[in-house]
Amino acid sequence: MKNNKIIVLRDGINSTFQDLGRNNFYHIGLPFSGAMDKRNYLIANKLVGNKYNEAVIEFAYQGPLIKIEDGNINFAISGDIKFNIKKNGKLINGNCYKNYNLSKNDEVDIISTNNSVYGYFAVSGGFDLKQNFGSFSTHVRSKVGANNGIKIQKDDKFFIKDFRDKHANKSLKYMNSKIEYIRILKGTNFDYFFEQSIKEFTSKEFLVTKLSDRMGMRLQGPKIKNLKETNIRSEGLIKGVIQVPADGNPIIMLSDHGTIGGYPKIGVVISADYDRLVQTPPGKKIKFELIELKEAEKLYKLYQMETENLLSQI
Amino acid sequence: MIKNISNLGDAALYCDFGNEVNKTTNIKVIKYFKKIKELKIKGINNLTPSYNKLIISFDLNLINFSEVKKKIEDINISENNLKQDQKIIEIPTCCDDEFALDIERLSSKLKLTKKEILEKYLNKEYFCYMTGFIAGMPFLGDIDKHIRLERLETPRIKVPKGAVGITEQFTNIYTFESPGGWNILGKTPIKIFNESNEKQPTLINPGDKVLFYEINKKEFIKLNEK
Repeated sequence: MKNNKIIVLRDGINSTFQDLGRNNFYHIGLPFSGAMDKRNYLIANKLVGNKYNEAVIEFAYQGPLIKIEDGNINFAISGDIKFNIKKNGKLINGNCYKNYNLSKNDEVDIISTNNSVYGYFAVSGGFDLKQNFGSFSTHVRSKVGANNGIKIQKDDKFFIKDFRDKHANKSLKYMNSKIEYIRILKGTNFDYFFEQSIKEFTSKEFLVTKLSDRMGMRLQGPKIKNLKETNIRSEGLIKGVIQVPADGNPIIMLSDHGTIGGYPKIGVVISADYDRLVQTPPGKKIKFELIELKEAEKLYKLYQMETENLLSQI
Repeated sequence: MIKNISNLGDAALYCDFGNEVNKTTNIKVIKYFKKIKELKIKGINNLTPSYNKLIISFDLNLINFSEVKKKIEDINISENNLKQDQKIIEIPTCCDDEFALDIERLSSKLKLTKKEILEKYLNKEYFCYMTGFIAGMPFLGDIDKHIRLERLETPRIKVPKGAVGITEQFTNIYTFESPGGWNILGKTPIKIFNESNEKQPTLINPGDKVLFYEINKKEFIKLNEK
């Protein structure tokens, strides 16, 4: 059944299709991509009864305005988002972590994220899209992924694969954590920096600047001074790596990062804190805490258990 | 053959093959890369070979650092030569002034004429050390000692797609329009990364041999239309 269709009346700031990410292509220059905030991505899919790797619309700061052009949809929004629903001509305030049924001519207006960056719009049955390199995730820079590898545009129309309203009336009580300290492990070039700089790096606050997107997060704070070399031989990167170029301002690699880089790596954000990191908007400050690998592994198990626990409540 | 294995964050292995950047070291990296790819070890989800390092990323839900480390340490790699495709990939390149954006800078800094630079650069066999940064971008080497120069002091915000550049001992091709600081001496009209061919999207892969040959503007336009 392909008679359920939406039309995008406003595209939002950075709206793309994302899923769990793309494996096995780092070596040709395709990053992992995928939903930035994995927990919220999984919750959105579970709320509408989808498989965990179904594509959803990820948006940043402001989301799209969507109209149901034909048929019915059942949707849910996750994150910390302000949105309205226009149903049968009536305007209702939307609640995150809850699903809704909409019919032809109804609208969802995703107005803004509250003090966070990313949100997720999932529809029951999933969008009818094509995978590319084993994933729906859009990587705009290499024009790879669903929707021909580009951002969602005004007037785009998308079909829903298989509408089912049996998932209606599901909800979850969940508050996104707002703690602004981020735990890190030592990077492979930790000893390239002055002791004083390392001390400041792990105790002072850093401002998240406006030059932050799905590729990376640029920080400003005390300058991190290099005592060895400001460049290294180009080598692989992974998400969460904190590079420090010659100007002393750290850059954190995020999901769409270039796969190879030549700046020294002072640290790496632990996997358990990644979702929280990416949700920190420009203008906010973060603090780093240095921990050991064993602890990071334990914290990840805890994060995973918490996620599974939340999903099981839906 | 791996000198040291450490962790890069909690979900990746950092395999160090030594400080030198040369073909011998890089061939070891490529051998490990190919072998690990072949073994399809459960939980390993990405491999990034570079000049002298190999980064192995894994899914922390399935496996952890010490388990992956053990598996990598158990791998036996023969000292035999890398099985190389004997074929040389030939890249048509137009070096007319409109495409050779940095030829004058190269000429004055290296104290060589444009003709001399191109003579030393073109029709030589280069080795592909790695691909990446942007999709499909090959890092090739080694170029003639007399035409080696550092990057631009201020990188370009936009290097055009297809631009062929050199820096230090290396040469590369910009597979997409991208910021970059390499010295541009030409442009190729052919597609180096083909996103619609999922089985073999990259024309040039680590371990391949590559050669650049000169074409004129007319031939460039003709090839560009394909």
